Amino acid sequence: MKDKIVLGLVILLSLITISPIILIIGELIMKGYRQISLDFLIQNTPDTYSAMTAIANGERIPGGIANGIIGSLIMVAMAAIIAIPLGVITGVYLYENPGKRMANFTRNISDILQGVPSIVLGLISYLWVVKHITNGYSALAGSASLAIMMLPMIVRSTEETLKMIPDSLKEAALALGTPYHKVIFRVLIPTGFSGMLTGILLGISRVLGETAPLMLTALGSSMINTNITKPTSAMPLLIWEFYNDPNMIDLIWSSSLMLMIMVLLLNIISKQIAGKRR
Amino acid sequence: MTDTIADIKNPALSIDNLSIWYDKNKAVKNVSVEIKKNTVTAIMGPSGCGKSTLLRALNRMHELYDNITTEGKVLIHDDNIYDMSTIKLRREMGMVFQRPNPFPTMSIYENVIAGYKLNGIRLKKKEKDEIVERSLRDVALWDEVKDSLHKKGTFLSGGQQQRLCIARALAFGPEIILMDEPTSALDPIATSKIEDLLVKLKESYTIILVTHNMTQAARISDYSLFMYLGELVEYGKTKNMFTNPKDPRTEQYLTGKFG
Ligand SMILES: Nc1ncnc2c1ncn2[C@@H]1O[C@H](COP(=O)(O)OP(=O)(O)O)[C@@H](O)[C@H]1O
Ligand SMILES: [Mg+2]
Repeated sequence: MKDKIVLGLVILLSLITISPIILIIGELIMKGYRQISLDFLIQNTPDTYSAMTAIANGERIPGGIANGIIGSLIMVAMAAIIAIPLGVITGVYLYENPGKRMANFTRNISDILQGVPSIVLGLISYLWVVKHITNGYSALAGSASLAIMMLPMIVRSTEETLKMIPDSLKEAALALGTPYHKVIFRVLIPTGFSGMLTGILLGISRVLGETAPLMLTALGSSMINTNITKPTSAMPLLIWEFYNDPNMIDLIWSSSLMLMIMVLLLNIISKQIAGKRR
Repeated sequence: MTDTIADIKNPALSIDNLSIWYDKNKAVKNVSVEIKKNTVTAIMGPSGCGKSTLLRALNRMHELYDNITTEGKVLIHDDNIYDMSTIKLRREMGMVFQRPNPFPTMSIYENVIAGYKLNGIRLKKKEKDEIVERSLRDVALWDEVKDSLHKKGTFLSGGQQQRLCIARALAFGPEIILMDEPTSALDPIATSKIEDLLVKLKESYTIILVTHNMTQAARISDYSLFMYLGELVEYGKTKNMFTNPKDPRTEQYLTGKFG
């Protein structure tokens, strides 16, 4: 009897925990599915006039979010290219010098960075990149702010993953006369690879949905843009723009759904990789 | 203290007044000893007496850690190991650890030739195949794994993994093999396989074996060192030490009074 009450409580509590995500996805599917089609993935955002016409005629709003998808992919990829090597090297450094002052200092700074509001990172990237490097809003500036966001996550996951590798493996490599840098790059990093990849994928899925820093840096664009020194769209930016345009407001559901699917996929992949290690 | 052993000429290794500290704690105290070629020499003693610390000094493993200081000399072929490159030293001195530690990202095949791979030594495919087969045959693992050479080494049983680790040490062509309680994580059958192996391997290698299992020392070693609280208490032929220990502390240990 008592067991049953406990079991019931556990089920109830887990339902409460998972219900928001189910409700969100359900809501997005219900409201967004009508807009989703191949066109939605390969066309640029419509202008407000054609959206208005379509609504007046009771038709599906034409166009799609290709400019946002491509922009997000470009900016997140560039952010990853900047943040991964830096973050991995810093993580290796922290792992190698546990008690050192410089390492503790770096670790603290990295933790603080993790807590900096993303809008502030956007501002900083605005001051550094928009004003001085690209002389205008740009994908590069957006990537810079996303890279700073990813950096502490990668540093952490690298250090934590390396710490979990037993010393005996490092010693096995050293006992074979392996030079120290090769022990790190040929043994420790490959051994910890899936752990580090999990951290990286989670970092990517975090920044994929970031809107605030991109408003101050990438700005947005109604066309696909592959010039990284020019304003560029992104999925979360589009959602914000749709929200602000009464004619396009129906598009926020379908674009949010797409964003959600991408983030969920990344999460599932990283869970799979993490699960394989055990 | 130690009775000098008259018949060790041209030793594989001489340890000369070696002391090792962890911070201020002296864990190995002025040990001098000569290890005879092509023997199994056991380092015995109760837990915490400094066996591993002594062994790990021989391939300079301690240099990995900042809090450890070493004083004294260790000679191989009249060269002080502390004046050699660690790469050359560790090539001449293979090490096998307490727990099997094959590289989890590498296949059985790659594990065996890991010493070459990790040092960037290029070999022809044929040379690699030969080294892998010879080393795995040496540890009597070839027949068990020859059809799964390209599977991960971590899928093997504990005893097989440990033999793989011995093969990895042999493949690099050392003269001396250092072993730190290599069977303590294994079941009796795997243990006896490894013990048989060591007796065979001493024909071509010099083996220094740390063990806290004195029956193991009695079974397979030719010479024994008995350590207590960081000191080398007694060193001699295993047979003599077990039948006629010279130091009362050795006798107490061998009769199970401590440890
Ligand atoms: N990493 C270490 N840091 C500090 N002290 C250590 C460390 N390893 C061993 N010691 C100390 O050194 C002494 C000898 O240890 P060890 O060589 O491991 O003994 P054994 O292998 O004979 O069991 C012990 O007193 C132990 O507490
Ligand atoms: Mg030990």
